[in-house]
Amino acid sequence: MAYEDRLFAALADPTRRAIFEHIAGRRQSVAELARTMPVSQPAISQHLKVLKEARLVRHVPSGARRIYSIDPEGLGPLRAWLDRFWSEQLAAFKGVVETADES
Amino acid sequence: MHTIDPAPVRKSVTVRAPAERAFDVFVNGMGSWWIKGHSLTESGQKTVVVEAVAGGRWYEIGNAGEEREWGHVIACDRPNRILFAWQLNADFDFDPAFRTEVEVLFEAKGANETTVVLEHRQLANYGAKAEELRGVLDSENGWGGLLASYVAKVA
Repeated sequence: MAYEDRLFAALADPTRRAIFEHIAGRRQSVAELARTMPVSQPAISQHLKVLKEARLVRHVPSGARRIYSIDPEGLGPLRAWLDRFWSEQLAAFKGVVETADES
Repeated sequence: MHTIDPAPVRKSVTVRAPAERAFDVFVNGMGSWWIKGHSLTESGQKTVVVEAVAGGRWYEIGNAGEEREWGHVIACDRPNRILFAWQLNADFDFDPAFRTEVEVLFEAKGANETTVVLEHRQLANYGAKAEELRGVLDSENGWGGLLASYVAKVA
């Protein structure tokens, strides 16, 4: 598969996309992901393998654990993530500012 | 494949509030609206602090009291504009040597209406030799656009 196809295929799966978003929010280990997501640890590891091949995530060893984070070489997806991130933040801001006290 | 200079992320939202209040909630009340899941603290985000002066700190306070820097304020002009240095690298680690800019403009459209324009720029500083992915970079809605291109590709 071409890199682009691999990238799209990696993100087309909703569980994988959710895992990527979790990692984009905070770098973490497989165990940490498994604690906050309704997905088994082996399944998460499989998804991470696909995400890693698509250059969406990378890992660094930290003692016996691997800590996963966004791969900056895949800046396109990072930018897309930031794009959505700021949309969500501004929507949250709008919700608060419009209900803020007039005082 | 060739290197591209990623376009800034640019977003705007119009809120029913005067510019002063929009500015104050955005800057001084950031902890009241920032999405809690976007946090660097171990104990979970209690609040976010913006010191609204040039050179001021921009940081998060966790429930256990620990502080995590995000960057700093480069320039501040209430109620028109604030410019931040966002210094979280691609690992979401604070790195004083790393810098992208987030500029926020508050444009009064009426007594009780303000358009807030946010631009996150200098994304090339993430250091990636970004692939040219039109479907991603032209995306207005992040994954929505990404998946639309995916569907178009596989159709």
